[in-house]
Amino acid sequence: MSLTNADVRKVARLARLAMSEAEIESARAQLSGIFDLIAEMQAVDTNGIAPMSHAQDLSQRLREDVVTEADQRGLFQSIAPQVEAGLYLVPQVIE
Amino acid sequence: MLNSSLQQLGSALRTGKISSVELTQLYLDRIATLNPALNAYVTINAETSLAQARQADALLAGGKAQPLAGIPIAQKDIFCAKGWRTTCGSKMLENFVAPYDAHVIAQFNNAGAVNLGKTNMDEFAMGSSNETSYFGAVKNPWNRNAVPGGSSGGSACAVAARLCAAATGTDTGGSIRQPAALCGISGIKPTYGAVSRYGMIAFASSLDQAGPMARSAEDLALLLNVMTGFDARDSTSLPRDKEDYARDLNKPLAGLRIGLPKEFFAEGLAQDVAGCVNAAIAEYKKLGATIVDISLPNSKLAVPVYYVLAPAEASSNLSRYDGVRYGYRAPEYSDLTEMYEKSRAQGFGAEVKRRIMIGTYVLSHGYYDAYYLQAQKIRRLIAQDFDDAFKQCDVIMGPTSPSTAFNLGEKGDDPVQMYLSDIYTIAVNLAGLPGMSIPAGFGSNGRPVGVQIIGNYFAEARMLNVAHQYQQATDHHDRVPQDIGL
Amino acid sequence: MIASRKTSGFEDMSMLRRTSDETTSHSTRLPKDSSQVAGYVRAPEWEIVIGLEVHTQLSTNSKIFSGASTTYGAEPNTQADAVSIALPGVLPVLNKGAVERAIKFGLAVGAHIAPRSVFARKNYFYPDLPKGYQISQFDLPVVGQGALTIQVDPLSGNAKPYEKVVRITRAHLEEDAGKSVHGESQGVTGVDLNRAGTPLLEIVSEPDMSSAAEAVAYAKTLHSLVRWIGICDGNMQEGSFRCDVNVSVRRPGEPLGTRREIKNLNSFKFMQQAIDYEVQWQIDTLENGGKIHQATVLFDADKGETLAMRSKEEAHDYRYFPDPDLLPLDITPAMFEQVRATLPESQQAKQKRYVNDLGLSAYDASILTASRAMADFFEAAISCLPKQSKLVANWIMGEISALLARDKLEIENCPVSAAWLAGLLARVSDNTINVKTAKEILDSAWGRNQIFAKLAEALTSIDAEIDAKGLKQVSDTGAIEKIVDEIIAANPAQVAEYRSGKDKVFGFFVGLAMKASKGQANPAQLNDVLKRKLAG
Repeated sequence: MSLTNADVRKVARLARLAMSEAEIESARAQLSGIFDLIAEMQAVDTNGIAPMSHAQDLSQRLREDVVTEADQRGLFQSIAPQVEAGLYLVPQVIE
Repeated sequence: MLNSSLQQLGSALRTGKISSVELTQLYLDRIATLNPALNAYVTINAETSLAQARQADALLAGGKAQPLAGIPIAQKDIFCAKGWRTTCGSKMLENFVAPYDAHVIAQFNNAGAVNLGKTNMDEFAMGSSNETSYFGAVKNPWNRNAVPGGSSGGSACAVAARLCAAATGTDTGGSIRQPAALCGISGIKPTYGAVSRYGMIAFASSLDQAGPMARSAEDLALLLNVMTGFDARDSTSLPRDKEDYARDLNKPLAGLRIGLPKEFFAEGLAQDVAGCVNAAIAEYKKLGATIVDISLPNSKLAVPVYYVLAPAEASSNLSRYDGVRYGYRAPEYSDLTEMYEKSRAQGFGAEVKRRIMIGTYVLSHGYYDAYYLQAQKIRRLIAQDFDDAFKQCDVIMGPTSPSTAFNLGEKGDDPVQMYLSDIYTIAVNLAGLPGMSIPAGFGSNGRPVGVQIIGNYFAEARMLNVAHQYQQATDHHDRVPQDIGL
Repeated sequence: MIASRKTSGFEDMSMLRRTSDETTSHSTRLPKDSSQVAGYVRAPEWEIVIGLEVHTQLSTNSKIFSGASTTYGAEPNTQADAVSIALPGVLPVLNKGAVERAIKFGLAVGAHIAPRSVFARKNYFYPDLPKGYQISQFDLPVVGQGALTIQVDPLSGNAKPYEKVVRITRAHLEEDAGKSVHGESQGVTGVDLNRAGTPLLEIVSEPDMSSAAEAVAYAKTLHSLVRWIGICDGNMQEGSFRCDVNVSVRRPGEPLGTRREIKNLNSFKFMQQAIDYEVQWQIDTLENGGKIHQATVLFDADKGETLAMRSKEEAHDYRYFPDPDLLPLDITPAMFEQVRATLPESQQAKQKRYVNDLGLSAYDASILTASRAMADFFEAAISCLPKQSKLVANWIMGEISALLARDKLEIENCPVSAAWLAGLLARVSDNTINVKTAKEILDSAWGRNQIFAKLAEALTSIDAEIDAKGLKQVSDTGAIEKIVDEIIAANPAQVAEYRSGKDKVFGFFVGLAMKASKGQANPAQLNDVLKRKLAG
């Protein structure tokens, strides 16, 4: 399968991974190889087969609607890169 | 002491022959000596471990101790342990001190075991050699030029080099079984859903499963007893009654039907590995088993299917690592997008980034049906193959890995070569079945060989029985690497 | 304007009406906003196509996938648990209360409830989305096709209100994101994840609406419904009910035009203004030869304009796939029936019943069913006092509502309970006290929180007060006659006036008699006695 640099750039942007042009080119080569590996499965006829998301055919369990979690802001924010007045800080989001 | 079984250790602790503090200190001293060369551990907190050991000694003195009380266990650094640095082998979490305990960690704490330290692993569990860790490669204790396997390479090394009494690992495509094979130890990945994933840093959610790594099937049974059990915080955790995984260890094997998939003995399998596995099969025949030739026709698609599904799930699971609430944040950025892009580019290693990109691609608009959906459909075919096979046999066996441990750096440039290390193990995760690896001798270069045992859903007790009987009749699992100070 | 012609009042009106029904030749300007388009008889130049997506926050105690609290207004990140902040290793578990509310909604709009529905991940990066994906539902939502009947008031022009059925495409469960707030420092945004994980039901309509009036009517009806069935508090200021409006225009017979989405409207007034502006903007653009590009727009309330948000370089590719951490949601017949049993009688059914069975007027019925809490209060009161629906209704719509309004309270927080009111009115209807006294007792009770669940307990309290303060109505004919005799004797001039035919003087005597009896005379009896004695 032939990936282009444009494909790689687009995917890197979707995945929020900064990449230099050199990195994009080397990624393109390696990813192409991996896609050749994956290509083997594309030709298989899977008509009428149901996709398998989970190992077992079970239903989602439901949780009672009760509050079980207490305020742990102090502990959780002690490991945060930047906080102020209880808020997580990030560069300004421009709409 | 270092070659005792967990049951013997437990007995010694309960009868006061040794204290948990002494035992823990013994391992800590060995780690101090050997870890610089082997790099099995990422984090040691001696004081914390010893404090836990003192608590265990109090329990033991009171006579109310459970089987694993006081026993030092190495924890793969993928389990969040409250107050412990939990890195997942990544720069992204280099300084992440977990604010809560994973269910598995809590289970061991409640059983009175001692957390001996956090073991090295492939970054975010993505790898088969423990070479992708940000904290450096782990060395195989049998030959320090060789890889220990991955992603649970640190745990496997720690068990083999007697740097812990036992360890935990996780297995998404073979990450318990393959390092167990390459390091000459025993490891089991139970049925999907048997062990809670709460607090276990996610790689591929529908495939990840935690399991024990130790020196024998007997040990694995005791560890599974602690690790398994329903957890309400994990929606995929199975609501099953607790069982004693050691209950069937001593059953005779007469009448056991062992299925040998022809696909596992085909091209790609190294001769020396085949030799050991065939010898193991012969041993099983002597123990009363019969051999059935079976086929898993879709198993050759397991690797490509896995390398669509696992990266897809991973690409989404790893989106939370964005430098906002915890983890690595790039030191310089001009806006939000750049903060994300640089934090992630700098925080993640090459293999992780590769898999994120594959995963993003196969889920993206226009490709979902051809890749992701197609892979899920073939996954069902693979599971059906096993279903059909288990109508003819009780367990399936074969080699765990196509070769013995390869050298560090040998598979460096070509990710696909690395991926093919998992050809015998991956299908088991896709089906959600239990699988284990036990030592079956040594290859032509003196490096360990493992034989894989695959069971039907919830057949762990049977599999451990099958493994235990072999280990009673052979001594591969008792062998110890040289140069580890014993 | 119309040529001025002197006519009588009614002719003028008919002239005016006729003229405005005619088309262009006599009117000066075509009405510009869509609200006036509806109701015109002629075919419009432009058809307006509107669909709504409404995000309702479900009124659960805890979040949809974790046990953190959903209470509004907490300090930032004090209700952001491990799951809410997406720590490594955490996992979602589904809240039963959210599922029950989704089913309830589906039942209320006659929709198909999917026996199996699936949660999917919607992947994108944003600071208020901690996992980097939102857990939502994509291919298989929990609620399928339904419908909502709305009453449309065309807002202006002479068209009459009319009824319309708006189809609902689907409703699905998902989690809310956190909030971004502008930080104190420049160039910095603060993220509060208290709201992250709050359960949402996203309700999607078919593009069946063709005017701002219809869109607002739909939104108001939906708002009323979700509050009525108790799944959402509908507090638009707090973001419990958020409307996105998709608007496009086309010439009749042509395919659908490109739509633009007006996001995050949180008042009905703004919704109407925004739609009016957007419709006109689109029409103007097309009439000037321009093209409409798909865009998300925000409404600037100060300027009264819709403005496209800065367009991103590439459209979002959300890469939806089934969430592997969650299993398919299977709704069993048992759960379905259990929820169905809790579905309250609809507003319309109640109104019908009040009119047909209780003999109330349609107007009264609509007031009493304006909210579920009001209707519940009324029904609780009449369950204690079954034969007095009209009396109870009047007091709730009258005295009680006036006091609530004065003190800025809602009926949910009424300081007197329905049983207490029933007790008070029981004593009025059995003539123990008169209406004036009853009002005084109510006034005094209002400040003292008279919350009684049972009629018997309420009566005990009320009777005790009546006795203690000597408030019993004076119905003893002898006593009344005595008072009347004294008044007649003391006011011969007014007696003469009355007897000479000045009926209005009667009130003077009533006033005096009431005063003399400290307001406790039985009014009916007093009237009889007065009339008799004044007749001479």
